Amino acid sequence: MTAQTGIGARVKRKEDQRFLTGTGRYVDDLPLARATYAHFLRSPHAHAKIKSIDTSAAAKMPGVVAIFTGKDTADAKVGGLICGWVVKDKHGQPHKAPPHPVMALDTVRYVGDTVAMVVANSHDEAKDAAEAIKVDYEMLPANVDLATALDKGAPQIHAEAPGNLIYDWELGVKADVDAAFAKAAHVTKLDLVNNRLIPNAMEPRAAAAEYDKGTGNYTLWSTSQNPHVLRLILSAFVLGIPEHKLRVIAPDVGGGFGSKIFCYNEETMVTWAASRVGRPIKWTAERSESFQTDAHGRDHVTHAELALDKDGKFLGLKVETIANMGAYLSTFSTAVPTYLYATLLAGQYTTPVIYANVKAALTNTAPVDAYRGAGRPEATFVIESIVSKAAKELKMDPAELRRKNFIPANAFPYQTPVALQYDSGNYPPIIDEAIKIADYKGFEARRAEAKSRGKLRGIGFSSYIEACGLGPSRVIGQLGGGVGQWESAELRFNPTGNVQILTGAHSHGQSHETTFAQVVSDKLGVPIENIEVVHGDTATTPFGMGSYGSRSLAVGGSAIVKAADKIIAKGKKIAAHLMEASVADVVFEGGTFKVAGTDKAVPLGQAVFAAYVPHNYPLEELEPGMDENAFYDPSNFVYPAGTQICEVEVDPDTGEVEIVNFTAVDDFGNIVNPMIVEGQVHGGIVQGVGQALLENAVYDKETGQLVSGSYMDYTMPRADDVPSFKLGNKVTPCPHNPLGVKGCGEAGAIAAPAAVMNAVHDALAPVGVSHVPMPATPLNVWQAIHGARPAAE
Amino acid sequence: MYDFHYHRPKTLADAVNLLKGKDEARPMSGGMTLIPTLKQRLAKPSDVVDLGGIKDLAGIKVEGNNVVIGGMTRHADVASSADVKSAIPALAHLAGHIGDPAVRNRGTIGGSVANNDPAADYPAAVLALGATITTNTGKHAADSFFKGLFETALSDGELITSISFPKAEKAAYMKFPNPASRYAMVGVFVAKTAAGVRVAVTGAGPSVFRVKAMEDALAKNFSSAAIKDIKIPADGLNSDIHASAEYRAHLVNVMARRAVDAATK
Amino acid sequence: MTIPVAMTVNGKPVSGKVEARTLLVQFLREHLGMTGTHVGCDTSQCGACVVHVDGKSVKSCTILAVQAEGAKVTTIEGLAESAEKLHPMQEAFRENHALQCGFCTPGMVMSAIDMVKRHNYQLDEATVRRELEGNLCRCTGYHNIVKAILAAAPAMKSAGV
Ligand SMILES: Cc1cc2nc3c(=O)[nH]c(=O)nc-3n(C[C@H](O)[C@H](O)[C@H](O)COP(=O)(O)OP(=O)(O)OC[C@H]3O[C@@H](n4cnc5c(N)ncnc54)[C@H](O)[C@@H]3O)c2cc1C
Ligand code: FES
Ligand code: FES
Repeated sequence: MTAQTGIGARVKRKEDQRFLTGTGRYVDDLPLARATYAHFLRSPHAHAKIKSIDTSAAAKMPGVVAIFTGKDTADAKVGGLICGWVVKDKHGQPHKAPPHPVMALDTVRYVGDTVAMVVANSHDEAKDAAEAIKVDYEMLPANVDLATALDKGAPQIHAEAPGNLIYDWELGVKADVDAAFAKAAHVTKLDLVNNRLIPNAMEPRAAAAEYDKGTGNYTLWSTSQNPHVLRLILSAFVLGIPEHKLRVIAPDVGGGFGSKIFCYNEETMVTWAASRVGRPIKWTAERSESFQTDAHGRDHVTHAELALDKDGKFLGLKVETIANMGAYLSTFSTAVPTYLYATLLAGQYTTPVIYANVKAALTNTAPVDAYRGAGRPEATFVIESIVSKAAKELKMDPAELRRKNFIPANAFPYQTPVALQYDSGNYPPIIDEAIKIADYKGFEARRAEAKSRGKLRGIGFSSYIEACGLGPSRVIGQLGGGVGQWESAELRFNPTGNVQILTGAHSHGQSHETTFAQVVSDKLGVPIENIEVVHGDTATTPFGMGSYGSRSLAVGGSAIVKAADKIIAKGKKIAAHLMEASVADVVFEGGTFKVAGTDKAVPLGQAVFAAYVPHNYPLEELEPGMDENAFYDPSNFVYPAGTQICEVEVDPDTGEVEIVNFTAVDDFGNIVNPMIVEGQVHGGIVQGVGQALLENAVYDKETGQLVSGSYMDYTMPRADDVPSFKLGNKVTPCPHNPLGVKGCGEAGAIAAPAAVMNAVHDALAPVGVSHVPMPATPLNVWQAIHGARPAAE
Repeated sequence: MYDFHYHRPKTLADAVNLLKGKDEARPMSGGMTLIPTLKQRLAKPSDVVDLGGIKDLAGIKVEGNNVVIGGMTRHADVASSADVKSAIPALAHLAGHIGDPAVRNRGTIGGSVANNDPAADYPAAVLALGATITTNTGKHAADSFFKGLFETALSDGELITSISFPKAEKAAYMKFPNPASRYAMVGVFVAKTAAGVRVAVTGAGPSVFRVKAMEDALAKNFSSAAIKDIKIPADGLNSDIHASAEYRAHLVNVMARRAVDAATK
Repeated sequence: MTIPVAMTVNGKPVSGKVEARTLLVQFLREHLGMTGTHVGCDTSQCGACVVHVDGKSVKSCTILAVQAEGAKVTTIEGLAESAEKLHPMQEAFRENHALQCGFCTPGMVMSAIDMVKRHNYQLDEATVRRELEGNLCRCTGYHNIVKAILAAAPAMKSAGV
């Protein structure tokens, strides 16, 4: 019955019907009676003092219901937005925490900073009125450039963070690494910029809020990846609305990629203002607002050095990084370049000593926070770039150099020098499989053929490790994380035998409604069509941490298994009673309780029915009903790993890079639905390819304006920018969660930038180019070639 | 978007009258440029006069040695027209590479040429083929039509009714798209017509321009080798995050050579 | 200033009063409550809003409602014969896992149907990829969308749609 729908099956998605027929419900789709519409007036300047705001003319415009500014929120004692992860610097001091008001008080610090909120009867009227607000600004010197943000004399952005430094943090013992370098036969050095990205989930952020005067209850519909966490932040730190009086609903959400984890100004203001206005308020970002105000990703400047012995064994790694925080600290911003970055610098290798120094800096740009992969793509880019560069310098095969340094399969669990303990893995078979699929042996022939067509062909490897499904909570707490890292699940059996899975995870494309149902179908033998996943509503689901960091199945799925085990345990007792057998003799197989060696059998559904209609039921020992919940706190991270091989052709006349082949082989542990996992990998790869070849958030250094502020200038990957992908997989089950699964949501994006850039560098090596900045746009490639061979054209 | 008065006249005369006497009236053909501009509140017309209801403004005719395309003719219709494909295949090819299919289903040749976006494709064809632009008040030769950044010889209220392209003996258009917008970062239209050889470049400068040195070289020897060493000065070319002026200058040469190769295939 | 408009949406006559500046997508979503058509950008580039107007794919965010006066409009809500019998393109998207968050899906499906018809049910991968220039998807990496469209083309032909 469940063979086609259980764990491992390519089940077609349960959520597709509504999305394919236009009946999904995203926040902006909500019909709210008597709704008003909000529009935010934003700072046109990168850094300025607000001398005055005059809203009098705007207030008289047609349709205007209310206008709020920072003065109103300050008068009402609205708290500031918080950063939820306290990182201690190298002297043990907590990071600098400048205030982050929901509406600018006296200073604006980036283009897009929130200055005023207009609420009107229609969005157009709100926008019309916002134009009539007069703001008198006094310009302040601004800096949008990360590389110079910590320089003496750089414009000071917050008084609370002298020199724009949020923290100067380190991991590892510098002296040990210096000693390793002293013994090195070869040192490879690398300077790189990890380009700044704008997440661009296709559904723009949106919020709608309603206040019920009778009960004093607030309802906020938000494009959130984690509605409970949003509620917690709004209740405990920002608005002071008691948690039980605030219901947060994240209905269908059109992609998140990290950008919808955080607590933002707009949803805060919409909630706060709903009670003041006395009518529901809706706000949906225009895409240009998304560009300006969604938390951006990446943005590092890094210097790295790798020490090798004469055989190519890695002896030590040193990494110095400056990470951009933007103008304010977003919800988890501080953790990204530290605990999600430096701890990954061992990669798949046995590098014995590693030292990382990370400085977080403020600039007059949008806040920067977690974006698909969060820290791990940056780490992978550093490692995999420097390893490929070392191979080139040593004239070694890049696959061979990697193999030589892989952590051997028998070394797991493996303690890295950068805090993490990898639970499981087996890397050589992965790269072997990738090499086979990519026909690595045939590459030189393809390179020669390309040359005959005037094209430069190159191949690049990227062997990544990812640490996701964060936990245990105790360790995260020791590292400064402000929240738990468990997940919740409730399995609610109904008397007629169908099941609701209530989960604290949230699906915004990841297909939980299908995979979670598969897990339950498999465990309990219930047909998948009788299973429904409920998520994204603080009023109906148990408190949960939401979905990010490839945690949903590894952590949320484990909670579901725990709850299913409780159902089975209770069902066993009921069945034993019904069969007049001892509980110890009852087994559960294929959805039915049986007594071994007899033909006695009670299907689960019958036991459930008995629990709701307990006429023949052990009421003295057992409560009626069948509704079990569980909370699961992981005992370690999970560690997916894999190798990607990218093959490109560069047109030396134009600098265009075409991806002609792309192979990815991953180990995600056990797989619940291969179709869905492949989809996650495809999407991740394209986001990684986007970073490598196309996407770049650019602020103008003079004016502080976001130059790449629309799809006219920010290059989104399109269908013709990428090929179809060749995928493979290997399985080493995760030893510490009940499903044996590892996360798959971010892997593609983590590994791809290095694979692509290594291929580009390989292609360009014959013409003397050793460095192309990322993204390798036609302009950047052409300039690299041109700079390398000024006389050639 | 600011609100405005909307009109949908049935005749050209009505359209011209509606535009007259209103200080801020704008004609609209496909709206593929005008509506995005209005959405961003970059323009505040009092009236919008939709030319879509005027039947005889759209259509393609072959008149002797010329292909005449009505101002309201959509990009998709030019791209798929058998007449255009047989007379000037390069023009059909160009039209088929403007924007995306949905844009091509709405955008028109009249709107594109009137707008004279520095990165638009059509102006390169108009200039390279030496087309004639007909309006409600007269005719303009291509050479005197494109005046500068978003500027043309059209006077206020003057409407493009059709554009007449002479058939080409050889012609090709090569576009290097801006990676983000997919407009032309550099587009070169090379044409050999009865009037001679012309090379027109779009995307690279503030407005479409001709490259005389290439034209002279190709007139003598219509081959890509003939223009291999002809460099375009970077001075005055556009420079932005996607392409420096030097890079654009370089691309003009590459695209011109590729266009010549395509035209001689 | 409001203007009356009337058109046919998914086979049903509809009418309403709009401002001149009301976009077709606003008319569909806000006046008719048909929220299947989405808005993903403000520069006419993402394609989440694509509908068919008189049989042709159009970005409903870049056409005024008044311009669709008298037109036949088809949206994602009007494709399936019934909940059980989806359009072959919808079916192919499901079969090939060509959607994740579903936000780009309505526009993708509408563009894809137009594409298949314009190419007379014959497509290859390169053509599909090029023709998707006006439709952005951030989730799927396009791989499965391309697969779905290639699979739907012959299915549409044999179904005669
Ligand atoms: C996503 C997208 C991608 C695009 N990509 C490209 C591209 O790659 N290459 C390219 O060349 N273009 C591109 N365009 C622009 C597109 O081709 C437009 O259709 C074209 O530039 C304008 O034509 P229109 O008919 O839409 O004009 P409209 O938007 O209606 O009008 C444009 C301007 O011309 C005026 N006007 C309109 N008709 C007339 C007339 N008959 N006489 C006088 N003035 C008139 C209007 O008042 C307005 O100022 C793109 C547009 C979009 C939205
Ligand atoms: S909403 Fe993006 S193209 Fe229409
Ligand atoms: S499925 Fe999410 S944007 Fe395409």
